[in-house]
Amino acid sequence: MARIIAGVSSSHVPAIGAAIDNHRTEEPYWKRVFSGFEKSKEWMAKTNPDVCIAVYNDHASAFSVEIVPTFALGCAAEFPPADEGWGPRPVPVVKGHPELAAHIAQSVILDEFDLTVVNKMEVDHGLTVPLNLMFGSPKEWPCPVIPLAVNVVLYPPPTGHRCFMLGRAIRKAVESYPEDLRVVVFGTGGMSHQISGPRAGLINSKFDKAFLDNLTKDPQKLVRMPHLEYMREAGAEGIEMVMWLVMRGALDDHVKEFYRFYTVPASNTAVGHIILENAPKPVQRRPVSAKHRPAPKARAKATTRRAAARAKAETIRG
Amino acid sequence: MAREPHDYDDIPGTFVFDQERSREGYGINMFCMSLMKDANRRAFKANEAEYLKKFNLTPAQTEAILKRDYNRMLELGGNIYFTAKLGATDGHSFQHLAAVMTGSSQEDYAKMMLGGGRSVEGARSKSGKVAAAAKSASGKPTAAKPKAKTRSKARSQRG
Repeated sequence: MARIIAGVSSSHVPAIGAAIDNHRTEEPYWKRVFSGFEKSKEWMAKTNPDVCIAVYNDHASAFSVEIVPTFALGCAAEFPPADEGWGPRPVPVVKGHPELAAHIAQSVILDEFDLTVVNKMEVDHGLTVPLNLMFGSPKEWPCPVIPLAVNVVLYPPPTGHRCFMLGRAIRKAVESYPEDLRVVVFGTGGMSHQISGPRAGLINSKFDKAFLDNLTKDPQKLVRMPHLEYMREAGAEGIEMVMWLVMRGALDDHVKEFYRFYTVPASNTAVGHIILENAPKPVQRRPVSAKHRPAPKARAKATTRRAAARAKAETIRG
Repeated sequence: MAREPHDYDDIPGTFVFDQERSREGYGINMFCMSLMKDANRRAFKANEAEYLKKFNLTPAQTEAILKRDYNRMLELGGNIYFTAKLGATDGHSFQHLAAVMTGSSQEDYAKMMLGGGRSVEGARSKSGKVAAAAKSASGKPTAAKPKAKTRSKARSQRG
């Protein structure tokens, strides 16, 4: 069975991508940012997931104002980097996982998340910058990545609660996928920043740190936060942080915080990053929902019954 | 029809790109999107006013674009991710646009960011109603803070 083993959140500031592409990562300004991801890259290499699901937003690259899907799941085999005005970023084409993506779409739509299926899409810095931060700059991305684009550009974005519940539905979908896959979910964007209007440049480290704390320990507090509070406290574009709640919803209630990093600024934005791990679970042969799971005693009985049936079948076959 | 009032209108210096602005600013954003193609950039640069005629803009929107009044573009339905494409067409960095929108020099804006950015204190609310009542992400009212301060002050006075 596939399962979600961990969640990663990270800002996706375009200037971070530009610093990588223009070989400026060793400059003191940028070194301060990149050094915070050294441990994360090691963790990622060690964790070596089979698939990543990356929750991100498009910035007028794949979607203009012509079509604005609230949730768009990338079901294609590959997603080329978008030309954001300076030519496509020199990063590898993102390879998807169409089978798992199709399975997720099938499952979450019946779970009442009416997402948009996208079979052709270019991906911008919103997706590729976090991949760089976690994987470095390899020739090929080490695993397939399923993009999940969330509208956070046109108000209103989905609520934090909706995002969290979509994460839950994605977890259910992943756990009902028959292949043994270890999946990491990315939440991206944020943290506090406003890049529009006379209030541009706003940063609220106090808000960000509390958000990181609650993301680990008390996500329910964040789930009910109204959009107004994000925009007021963390800047008009800080509302991107609702995407982190999709990641959090996809994890267990109790998680271990493996690592976090926070620095101000990268360009106009507070850079925040966190790695949350699910407790390792024994591999289940068959997904059994809690409701239908028999009591321990009955389960023991069932196991005995199954063993007896197997023995009988073998005797007959033999 | 006048804009419907919204709770977020109380946030100072902010034009939330909502459904109403999106409807109103469709032409601005589609114009900006067209600048992703080099041929269009050249056509725009050759005759800006003529090029803009293709996008069903209001006179106010046309004027805001021609004058590069970025705040006015946002107010009239432009979105920053789109209007930034106009800035890029002019050869400006994003920081330049941010400085223009905040009414400061690029140098001052850059300095502010290096110093930790614009503080949210005093920048929460036009009406001033929210300044004290604002809740942090931790859910604790920030109003608890002055109390603690008074206490420590009292303590230091005693000491």
